[in-house]
Formats: sequence, structure tokens, C-alpha cells
Amino acid sequence: MFNWLHPYAKTERAYALCNTLLPYFFVTAVVGLLVGFIWGLAFAPSDYQQGDSFRIIYIHVPSAILSMSTYVAMAIAGFVGLVWQWKTAYMSMIAIAPVGAILTFISLFTGAAWGKPMWGTWWIWDARLTAQLILFFLYLGVLALYGAFSDKTQAGKSAAIMALVGVMNIPIIHYSVEWWNTLHQGATITKFGKPSIAPSMLWPLLISIAGMVGLIGTLVMMNLKNQILRRELHRPWVIALLQKTESR
Amino acid sequence: MKPVNPLTSIIKRDLVLAYRQKAELLQPLLFFVMVITLFPLGIGPGPETLQKVGPGVIWVAAILSALLGMDKLFRDDFNDGSLEQLQLAHVSLSWAMFAKVFVHWCGSFLPLLLISPLLALFLNLTPAMYWALIQTLALGTPLLSLVGAIAVALTVGLQRGGVLLSLLLIPVFIPLLIFATSAVDSAAMGLNYAPQLAIIGAMLCFAVAITPFAISYAIRVSHH
Repeated sequence: MFNWLHPYAKTERAYALCNTLLPYFFVTAVVGLLVGFIWGLAFAPSDYQQGDSFRIIYIHVPSAILSMSTYVAMAIAGFVGLVWQWKTAYMSMIAIAPVGAILTFISLFTGAAWGKPMWGTWWIWDARLTAQLILFFLYLGVLALYGAFSDKTQAGKSAAIMALVGVMNIPIIHYSVEWWNTLHQGATITKFGKPSIAPSMLWPLLISIAGMVGLIGTLVMMNLKNQILRRELHRPWVIALLQKTESR
Repeated sequence: MKPVNPLTSIIKRDLVLAYRQKAELLQPLLFFVMVITLFPLGIGPGPETLQKVGPGVIWVAAILSALLGMDKLFRDDFNDGSLEQLQLAHVSLSWAMFAKVFVHWCGSFLPLLLISPLLALFLNLTPAMYWALIQTLALGTPLLSLVGAIAVALTVGLQRGGVLLSLLLIPVFIPLLIFATSAVDSAAMGLNYAPQLAIIGAMLCFAVAITPFAISYAIRVSHH
């Protein structure tokens, strides 16, 4: 696998790979989000208890589910960077970080907006909400640490170490928060996902999740391309690329 | 002449340094006591309220004062170049870092453990709660030092690392806070709090095994 991956340590190859993958992610994003959202928001049956306000699920759940996987992806990129000393791995890590942070924020925001009509409160110290908030803080920490260094190689290494510390902590945080909550409050309110959801509601949700994956991929690829161009500004291939774009 | 063990000399040197800078040792401790004094003033002096929030207050104050004092863990040695010398020394950097963190723990958290009876009086804790609190502090504060040292080592080269350090570390310390306060809460209700202690102990064992390598790697990154 290493032999297969190794060429992408070069920024030029990584850039080309981004260009190849970008259209696929983009199409998945557009089709998935359009179909999922329109189906979910307009055509799926409304919930017998929550009425139409449950429809925020089609934004809330994809972002909430994917925010943690995005963090793991970021940490894996950082780990690859630390082990094999790849510049492109650090670049991908830091290309993923802001996307994941915003995703976490979206899930918190939509959760609050959903919580107001359903639970009568914007915020409640429930296990999942708290874990999500801490995840948001972890993202911000990685971004802040990366931004604090002017030498970007050092910044990448430092942020990667912090991302790894965070990823080891995520399961501990998850279970500690769950335990803390059950100790203090008894029954949890948000375990609504566990009872099986009707297929007519499930399908648009799954399509939205796929679309969200596409959107994340698109944004990360675009961000990574920018990172590569900015860092490699003086390389011949970047200069040639810029000249080609200008003459067009 | 007997050859000097580099680890003992590191420990000895750091202990002497800590002893000679008494003000720096005392300040986080005073901060700890004063933060705790603020709480009865802020939320009212009712003994029951204080007993309810007491364990959480003590732990939050301990974390804050740890963040305050931890910034100095590597800073002076980084600035005068002794950290760089340590990397060249005839001892693995991980061991050296472990020794430094250990001495730092002795200097900053042992006094905190010693002063905690006073705080238990302030916050109206029962003896059972106090005993649980001491145990969680004894197991949990080394964890604070070890995990915190990673972030300190990463930010040591930065001009204003202090606030950044708190941003990085507070989310990481949350599980410890949860388990520690829940242990004391269980003790208050007369329940068995061994599971919580066991989990904190397990986290500590894990940290002892892993963090020295992370700290020494972070130190090398900082000397980039």
C-alpha cells in the first residue's frame, strides 16, 4: 500500500489527484444534497409527534454523524504526516480541520434550533450535546495551534500531535459524558434515533448523508488545492500552472 | 569517581531550582485557594450548596491553577538552551522529560494536596468526601501534569503560549473532571467509588506509558 500511496507525497501528484477526485465528490454533493433535501423537506411524511419540525433531521443528522468521522480522518492524516514525514499529509489535515469544525458547529446549531420547539430549550447538558461541544473545542484547538506557528512544517507537526491526543480522548470523552449524564439526570431524551425509522423517512436521510460526504470531500479537495498552491508558490509546476490559467 | 546518573541529576537540579523560586511555587497555590474562596462569595454560603458544588469547585480550581503554573514547565529551560543540551545528553529524552514532569508535579501539586484539608473545611465537605477527593487528586493530578506537558512542549516556542495552552488542554481534561467529581459525589452518598478511581488509575497508567514519548517528540518539534 505504501508503494501505491507514496507518489502522492509529492505535492504535484497530490494536486493532480485532487483534480481527478473533485468532480466525483462535487456530483455526489449536488445530487445527494438536492435529492435528499428536496425529498426530505418536501415529500417525506411528517412525523406523527413532531410534525414538520422533525425535517431538520435531514441537515442535523448528516452533519452530526460525519463531524466525528471527519475528526478521525483529520487525525489519520496527521498520523500519516508524523510517521512518513509527508508535507501533503499535514496539508490535508489542515484542509480537513475547518470543514470539520463548521460541520460540528452546524450540528450544534441545528440541534439547538430543533431543541427549542421539541424540548422547550435551546440547550440542555445532555451527553450527546456536550460531547459534540467538546469535539468543537478540540477542532478549534487544532486550528488555533496550527495558526500560532509561522513555520508551517512545525505547525503541521504540532497540530498533528494535538489531533492525535484529541482522537485518543474522543472515546473517553464520549463515555465519560454519557456516564456523567446518566448519573445526574436519569433518562435521556435524545435517544429518539434508536426506534426504527420509517423507510420513507430513512431513504432521504441516507441520501442526504451521502450528499454531505460529497460536500465534505469537495470542500476538503478545494481547500487542499489552495493549501498546496499557496505553500508551493515558487515551484516551477505551480508557476507554469498559473501562467497557463492567466493566458487562458 | 562514581559516574553521575543523568536522571538523578536532572531531578536534583529541578528540585533545587523549584526550591529557590519559592514565589513561583506559591503563586499557583495561592491562586487555587483564592479561586475557591470566590465560590462561596459568588453562590452563597449555604453549607448544603457548598457541599454539593464543593468537589467540582476544587477540581475546576485545580485544573485552572495547573494551567497557570504549567506554562513555566519548560519555558526557562527552553529559553536558556538547557532543553537542547538535554537532547544531547546521555539519557533518553523521554526519561528526562518524565523526570522533569515528575519534579514539576512534586512542586505544584503536592502542596495542593497538602492544603486540601483546609479547602474541605471551607466547602463543608464530609470526611468521606474529603478522603475520596484526596484519592482522586492523588491519582488525577499526575495525569494533568503528564498530558498537559505535551501541550506545554508544543507551545513552548511560541511567544504567547499561555492562553493557547488553556484552549488546547481544557477539552482534554474534561473526562478526568467528570470521573473525579463523580467519585466524590458517590462518596457523599455513601456509595462505592472504586470504579471511578479505577478508571482514573487506568488513564494514569496509559498516560505514564505513552506521554513521555509524545512529550519528547513535541520538544524535538519545538526545536525545529
